Amino acid sequence: MALYCATLAMHSIQPGLLANLVKTPTLSASNPHRLPSNVAREDEHLLVASAKAGDASAFEELVNRYERKIFRLTMNITRNREDAEDAMQDAFMKAYSHLDRFQEESRFYTWLVRIAANEALMRLRKRRPNQVSLDEPIETENDFIPQQIEDWGPSPEQRFAQTEMRDILRTVIEELAPDFRIVFVLRDVEGLSTEETAEAVGISEAAVKSRLLRARLKLRQKLDRHFRKGVKQ
Amino acid sequence: MNCEGVARRVSNYIDGDLEVLVVEEIELHLKSCQHCTILVQQTRLTVTLYRDSDLVDFPKEVQLRLHETLRREIRRQKRAT
Repeated sequence: MALYCATLAMHSIQPGLLANLVKTPTLSASNPHRLPSNVAREDEHLLVASAKAGDASAFEELVNRYERKIFRLTMNITRNREDAEDAMQDAFMKAYSHLDRFQEESRFYTWLVRIAANEALMRLRKRRPNQVSLDEPIETENDFIPQQIEDWGPSPEQRFAQTEMRDILRTVIEELAPDFRIVFVLRDVEGLSTEETAEAVGISEAAVKSRLLRARLKLRQKLDRHFRKGVKQ
Repeated sequence: MNCEGVARRVSNYIDGDLEVLVVEEIELHLKSCQHCTILVQQTRLTVTLYRDSDLVDFPKEVQLRLHETLRREIRRQKRAT
């Protein structure tokens, strides 16, 4: 408890956090690839230690810190709000129940992502059993190699209104096969390393790289329909 | 390095995850190939657009239900021990 109080004092956080949400340092929204500073990691370590020692408030603080990101992850994997919510709830409940098994060799956030990704994948497999085959090797044909490339013209991000751009990005990522989408989301949206992504999905690092290449090229190809010069002036 | 070689490595290239000699080969090719130059730019932009856009809202009611569920679970586990 003393340890947790020290942590709270460090960040001027009051107890009773679920009722009274407190903003705490998270990955930068403008640059989610940047991992939290060593200070934030230290802080996470202290919170985990307190939670393991039975301090529910410390666990609640971890929930406050990561709930938004975990929901984004489960939504991005399942593309179904009900499944995403269930997966998120079960992930946090499992994390709480199995906290004593967390070895602290990796970050708590990475461990949580692995649990949440598994929960989301299970639900996705139930709904679409033939579309998720993470254990099977991907075919090796060259259909992902782009044959024709057209210039998108000056900055599509400025040509489209923010809401319109969000709609385009959402539509396009939903069309991506789940195998590719999961790897893309973990690496490029959640900012996990190749190693962490491989661990979370249960595939090799080489498979992560291969799927990431295909995912990025597929998304580029699909965005091309919307962004090609002349599609919108 | 030909265009197919660049396409196969574009992902590792934008991640800075290639040997220096391979990077040099790619960059030599890019100097004379508009097709691959655009491919690299567009692939990089694709990643940036997704990385910088939060496409999922986190509704208040979803957050409240999570907190309620966890409170119940924490109480239940505390009673059980």
